[in-house]
Amino acid sequence: MYPESMQESIRKVEASRARRIELALSGKPVVEPMSAEQRQDVLDRFHPDYQDDARREVRWGPNAGQRLTTEVADLLETYARVDPSDYDLLEPDFDTDVLVIGAGSAGFCAALLAQEHGARVTLATKLRLGDANSMMAQGGIQAAVRDDDSPVHHYLDVVGGGHFDNRPELARALVSEAPDAIAWLRRKGVMFDQEDDGSLKAKPGGGTCRPRMLSARDYTGAAICRTLRDEIQNRPEIRVLEHSSAIELIKDARGRVAGAVLYHLLTREHFTIRARATVMATGGFGRLHVKGFETTNHYGATADGLVMAYRAGARLLYMDSVQYHPTGAVFPPQILGFLCTEKLRGMGGQPVNADGELFVYPLEPRDVEAASFIREATELGHGVSTPSGHVGIWLDTPVIEKLNGAGAIEKNLPAMLRQFQRFGVDIRSEPILVYPTLHYQNGGIEIDVECRSTVEGLYAAGEVAGGIHGRNRLMGNSQLDLIVFGRRAGRYAAAFAGTAEPAELSLGHVLEANRRVGELGVDRDRISPLVLPDYVPERVKRRQHDTRYRGTLI
Amino acid sequence: MATEDKLVTIHVMGEAFRVPEGSTIMTALEYAGFQLTTGVGCREGFCGACGTLYREAGDYKIKGGLACQTVVTDGMHLAQIPFVPAAKPVYDIEALSPDEEAIKRIYPEVFRCVACSTCTKICPQDIQVMDYVQCLMRGDIAQAANISFDCLRCGLCGLRCPAEIVQYNAATLARRLYGRYLARPSERLERRVEAIARGDYDAQLDELQGLDADALKKRYYDREIKTK
Repeated sequence: MYPESMQESIRKVEASRARRIELALSGKPVVEPMSAEQRQDVLDRFHPDYQDDARREVRWGPNAGQRLTTEVADLLETYARVDPSDYDLLEPDFDTDVLVIGAGSAGFCAALLAQEHGARVTLATKLRLGDANSMMAQGGIQAAVRDDDSPVHHYLDVVGGGHFDNRPELARALVSEAPDAIAWLRRKGVMFDQEDDGSLKAKPGGGTCRPRMLSARDYTGAAICRTLRDEIQNRPEIRVLEHSSAIELIKDARGRVAGAVLYHLLTREHFTIRARATVMATGGFGRLHVKGFETTNHYGATADGLVMAYRAGARLLYMDSVQYHPTGAVFPPQILGFLCTEKLRGMGGQPVNADGELFVYPLEPRDVEAASFIREATELGHGVSTPSGHVGIWLDTPVIEKLNGAGAIEKNLPAMLRQFQRFGVDIRSEPILVYPTLHYQNGGIEIDVECRSTVEGLYAAGEVAGGIHGRNRLMGNSQLDLIVFGRRAGRYAAAFAGTAEPAELSLGHVLEANRRVGELGVDRDRISPLVLPDYVPERVKRRQHDTRYRGTLI
Repeated sequence: MATEDKLVTIHVMGEAFRVPEGSTIMTALEYAGFQLTTGVGCREGFCGACGTLYREAGDYKIKGGLACQTVVTDGMHLAQIPFVPAAKPVYDIEALSPDEEAIKRIYPEVFRCVACSTCTKICPQDIQVMDYVQCLMRGDIAQAANISFDCLRCGLCGLRCPAEIVQYNAATLARRLYGRYLARPSERLERRVEAIARGDYDAQLDELQGLDADALKKRYYDREIKTK
């Protein structure tokens, strides 16, 4: 399937394979892991976040004056989609105790726990239940369950990987509740991979000092998310509103967040909902295509929760930090930017350059690994070009079969095998071409251990929340974060809802936000939340005379 | 994505559009000008939201695929199936047992299977759907869970089934029954949960949280790395 122009390099990869397998079998790292200084050097020079134009100062709101990722700052300096005068806030369309916005695994956990704690729960989602990055996670979920591992080891990995910027109490909650989160998921019926003696299979991940990555083949996120979705559907007392995208938060006379405006994507109706507590679980921002990168993210990952929370006065944390997954697919072009799970490297897959040579320890933290790939392909000129003009480096997957036995890929990596087979590449016998791809929002809405934002009544969990992972999340800690903090958000939001007395509703903060953005001279066609990215070509747009806004729905 | 050098014709619900050769059905629809709000999800083959029925030029067979994973061909006719209105009974996983009885109670139509294999033929994941339906009929929950594991719940099997079986929902039940009741217990996991609850790690975590930046950094870079 690979064109002739790439075959010569493949032959070099094949030629060095036996030697590299021998190296891996020695038990020592195939390349020496980097020191702190080496890591900093490659990040400074090659990580996209560290380039001059990667960040700019945001000019209004709770983070005013801070340098944020440019695309994020741009998004925060937009006008609201709603016109507050359109709604009768004295008569909201729905009333609930806890409103959960977003139906990925964090939202599911929050809804389940809030309901178990006695709250009336409404779960509103932009698309359908389970339409989320949660469903797409492949490689694993971290929990220190081996005898030679512990929450203490896990904690060190989390904070070291996060450049020591993690909020310590959040990192501690993450690692301390990990085993219990796994036990809870198992009771809900999630099937994790197990050894013959019943212990959970654990593989190493980037930046982990022990094999700690638990998995459900390479459909780990799907196995978790679809189980939680089924559980939600088994509880009719949880009201579900699908295709109902939150487009603004509603506050009350005391300045608390007290609900949201929902936009129905199919009927284009707007609905108001009053809530005693609101949990933001809207996920991340991959569809902003930061710095023009392809993304692994779901269609709906447009940072809606960030901008709604920001307008409501919530402070954001570490929104200057973007995670590029080292191994996004580069070839074939139909799957450009798609995720190639880190489990490929956890099981021994080796990144090699055009000459078939190893150049980096395969399991550095993601930012370091990604920056090393960029260095290899750009400065050092050791990348491989495709006919469509993209460049990548090889991830040698056939070594996985050699190191783990024939059939290991089909058994442990069926999603990857299928993904490439569909487009004519057999990863059991051929390497795959990869390059960093936009993957994860490291920062988010600032929260405390009870998932409270800096605005009363607003909670956040999952990718939209910030502080847990510092400025770089490790593999498998996002799936864990969804469960640990999703459950916490549900529990604490329900408790808060039990004490909150309703007050008069208001969208005054939206008018104020619009005024501030207007003072900056921002073009009127820039609105948010984006709801969905706009992939309609210009050729078509010129004929759509009802197109009013840039980069979003009509 | 695909180049615009060469265009092919596809028929979306009967209407012809010229789209780049080599594109997936999903990117072809967007090239044609559709802004998708249904029949689209992860765009990467993991969510099952973009089930599509299609027929290729010169063929009479209707095939199934995921729009994000299927490349267009010249003369293709297609319609997206964003949702299948199949039954999803409510049940309490704690009140069931992992056997044939649970299947009989929640998804009795499973036993109407006529072994025609239509479900297996349409599955875009190439899952042996009929085989796991047969397992469900035998009460072999473990094997049904295993065979159906990679299901994305696009719903195409249920849509085509002449016996009106909702294979993908029944498979979800089987996997949950397996995970809840049949998966081997993990003593290590249970011991670790207990140790944390007892506070066995509190002192060490307190100590780490109390270290200054340099001391913490040193501890991190000095830690032993085990990959096996």
